[in-house]
Amino acid sequence: MNRIEKIFADLKTARRKALIVFISAGDPDLRTTEQLVPALFDAGADVVEIGIPFSDPMADGPVIQASYVRALKKGTALPGILAMTKRIRPLCKGGLVYMSAFNLIFHYGVKVFARHAAEAGVDGVIIPDIIPEEGDEVTAEMGKHGIAPIMLSAPTSGPERIRKIAAHTRGFLYYISVTGVTGKQRPSVENVRKQVLMIKRQTKLPVAVGFGISSAADAGAMSKVADGVIVGSAAVKVLSEKGTREEKVKRVCAFVRTLRRAMDA
Amino acid sequence: MSQHTPLPDSRGYYGAFGGKFVIETLVPALEQLEAEYKKAKKDAHFRKELRHLSETFVGRETPLYYAHRLSRHLGGAKIYLKREDLNHTGAHKINNTIGQGLLTVRMKKKRVIAETGAGQHGVATATAAALLGLRCDIYMGVEDIERQKLNVYRMKMMGATVIPVTSGSKTLKDALNEAMRDWIATVGDTHYIIGTVAGPHPFPMIVRDFQAVIGQETRRQIQKAEKRLPDVLIACVGGGSNSMGLFHPFYEDKKVKMVGVEPGGTGSKLGQHGASISRGSIGVLHGFKSYLLQDKNGQIAETHSISAGLDYPGVGPEHSFYADSGRAEYVTISDQEAIEGFGLLSRLEGIMPALESAHALAQVTKMAPKMKKHEIIVVCLSGRGDKDVERMAALTVDK
Repeated sequence: MNRIEKIFADLKTARRKALIVFISAGDPDLRTTEQLVPALFDAGADVVEIGIPFSDPMADGPVIQASYVRALKKGTALPGILAMTKRIRPLCKGGLVYMSAFNLIFHYGVKVFARHAAEAGVDGVIIPDIIPEEGDEVTAEMGKHGIAPIMLSAPTSGPERIRKIAAHTRGFLYYISVTGVTGKQRPSVENVRKQVLMIKRQTKLPVAVGFGISSAADAGAMSKVADGVIVGSAAVKVLSEKGTREEKVKRVCAFVRTLRRAMDA
Repeated sequence: MSQHTPLPDSRGYYGAFGGKFVIETLVPALEQLEAEYKKAKKDAHFRKELRHLSETFVGRETPLYYAHRLSRHLGGAKIYLKREDLNHTGAHKINNTIGQGLLTVRMKKKRVIAETGAGQHGVATATAAALLGLRCDIYMGVEDIERQKLNVYRMKMMGATVIPVTSGSKTLKDALNEAMRDWIATVGDTHYIIGTVAGPHPFPMIVRDFQAVIGQETRRQIQKAEKRLPDVLIACVGGGSNSMGLFHPFYEDKKVKMVGVEPGGTGSKLGQHGASISRGSIGVLHGFKSYLLQDKNGQIAETHSISAGLDYPGVGPEHSFYADSGRAEYVTISDQEAIEGFGLLSRLEGIMPALESAHALAQVTKMAPKMKKHEIIVVCLSGRGDKDVERMAALTVDK
């Protein structure tokens, strides 16, 4: 069993929901990421999504775009991120998932990437611009190395597409809760509840909800209708507030603890 | 509309290039667009309406003009200009926006968005939107807004909103990113009129088919004038819509040589040019796989060209296929050569070309003298130079 699958299975037994926190690698530098990621698990995250900075992120709102700009200015790139991941893996209590534009992985080489990511201890990969029609190679190569390919489904996806998406996915299905980019609109809990029920009729995969979940109250409400909650832009925003590395890590962890408490309440 | 090759395949591929690399949210809209386009293509009423607007609104067909003095001056091949600059709004872009505008109406969508670099596609989209009663928002990099002020005014006067894009390099690629992000949020009631033969399938196919009217007319016109096909076709390539429009109907005519002219900018280092095929490598951007300008880590490079319309780090997937299969040849022309091309055509023929088209003309000046007098070059004069006059004046007249 892949680590992500085990996390969701254990949480289900414990009747708890997964908290998935996104941060951009290298924002504001890789040393901060290295300190922050292990601490996020201690603050209550079950899975950490590490965003690989890209010059032209298609589905991201201004907050994550700006964080990628900061990271790229520091020269953050995949080889350094993989090396950092390998160092922190033993310190991380939960799942590590990469979120990357396909071009970065394509450029690195899909096969080589899968091998190196597995060696670094990456458990899953989300590629927002890969849909099932283009997903065969990614799904196969990640599969060979025990990495979960995690695909996205949207409010615009019907039952038939969801079955197609699920067939290419392991670990959990990422449900995009709004028709839009990351971190801009707030999703409606009622709409998400209905969609998650529909998705669950198509697949046995756990469903985690992301895009636009920005507060403890939202995270708490969403955790009642899905198996997991993904918080990205809001955490990146806290990280971007001025301060020393230690202050930044402390603040993001404090924010994550409020999310955890709201979800466990 | 055309069907000169069996490409793309059912997955939207031209050989190894193309495809559909988008966030899942957009998939149903792309499927709807493809289905609607297939229906429209077979619908006699749609074809009639498009033809009617092309003739009475756009001003087609455009002339194929024999450039006597330019031909004599260069002392080689006979040079014909396909006068897309004479279209309403001053460039070939309107061939596509009217077509996609009509598709928008068929899909019962009320709003269109577009990205623009030189502003020509923005103006053409604003025009189609005004004609068809659609709301219209145009994304444009602040760098380009500065370079092409006149076109910004034109869009606004026709009722469009111009949204300045401040992210990234503040040019065409960033405008495309922002337009795509808008579309992800508004896909229910909005159609994204992509302006070139790029983007996820089916856009490269649809834009090509609407632009293929350029090559179809050229074929008829040159047969009538010369009783034969041309030896060489030359057109500039940014995203590649005017060139693909000219080339595509000649795809099976293997004796007709095709030359795509990429912006060589100020030098051959990354960041100094926009020559994706000549100097790039394969990658995925804006929903499709093609040649791209990217750094060693796969980050998209900044580009440079004197012409905003060619200032783009990618190229339509069908061009990458033509390049790899050897069907077309791709060369570069520098900023300076394009400036000279602009001046030459203005003085010899009384036609001011857009700086984009001036790249193609500069290539003509290199090739024509080496060709025989009975040989024929057709060059696509994709747009007129009014938008560039201020810039050119600063560079030449006022100097």
